[in-house]
Amino acid sequence: MQPGDEITPLSVTPDRYLTVRYAGASGDFNPIHVDEEFAQQVGLPGRILHGLYSMAQVARAVTAASPGGPETLRSLKVQFRGMGLPERELTVTGTVSDVADGVATVDLVCRQDGKAIIRNAEATVRIGD
Amino acid sequence: MAVNADVVGKAYPPAIYAVGREKVREYARAVGETDPLYLDVDAARAAGYADVVAPPMFAVVYAMPAVAQGMFDPEVGIDFARLVHAGQELVWGPLVVAGDEISTAVTVKDVSERRGSGFFVFESVSHNQRDEVVCTATWSNVVRGA
Repeated sequence: MQPGDEITPLSVTPDRYLTVRYAGASGDFNPIHVDEEFAQQVGLPGRILHGLYSMAQVARAVTAASPGGPETLRSLKVQFRGMGLPERELTVTGTVSDVADGVATVDLVCRQDGKAIIRNAEATVRIGD
Repeated sequence: MAVNADVVGKAYPPAIYAVGREKVREYARAVGETDPLYLDVDAARAAGYADVVAPPMFAVVYAMPAVAQGMFDPEVGIDFARLVHAGQELVWGPLVVAGDEISTAVTVKDVSERRGSGFFVFESVSHNQRDEVVCTATWSNVVRGA
């Protein structure tokens, strides 16, 4: 990883029932994620993805780019913007912004339909000396 | 909206989460992980781990019971109907594996009102059974003004 390097983009299309499986796996059963009628009643287009699911895709993209695997991921911070929907492709892209003292900083964005649903994401990864 | 800034600094009793092998695998499959470290006990052991490795983002699962104490605290007073998860920061220590017991302590870092919306920020610090810090997390929430 060198400053300016782009990491391999990660694309994933969560299927229709992904939010239900993620709710079970994570314990977050907020009805905006699992109940279509409830979501529409509160003004959403339908059930929305858990922000932390989308953040997990950002983490996967960074971890995949690091030869040392998950042990090398030191930090990740994100801002959630807008909402993600099932059955539409998510794409995570990232660029190495800095390398210092064996740690690379990677700036990332997660987009759906061209909109950044996670932006200003920043990861730090240990890359050795 | 009025917020109760008096709760800033409030701490909650640590909550223990026992990391189960099938829970790690369920989580890993849900988020689309394919690395055998997270899914295959033999592969994890061959790589030097005691059991399947929890994906780093599994930190939000083992910390959630502790964070929920703050989120649902009537003194904090979050209105869930207008709640938006605004940001999240995680800083990791050693990896967590199935069989670990994680103790997470949560404090209220900020409760404030800006431009009619309420800002609620929690910090969680998670230790494993060897008292190593495995994750420190900042959870930022906004309750939109009516």
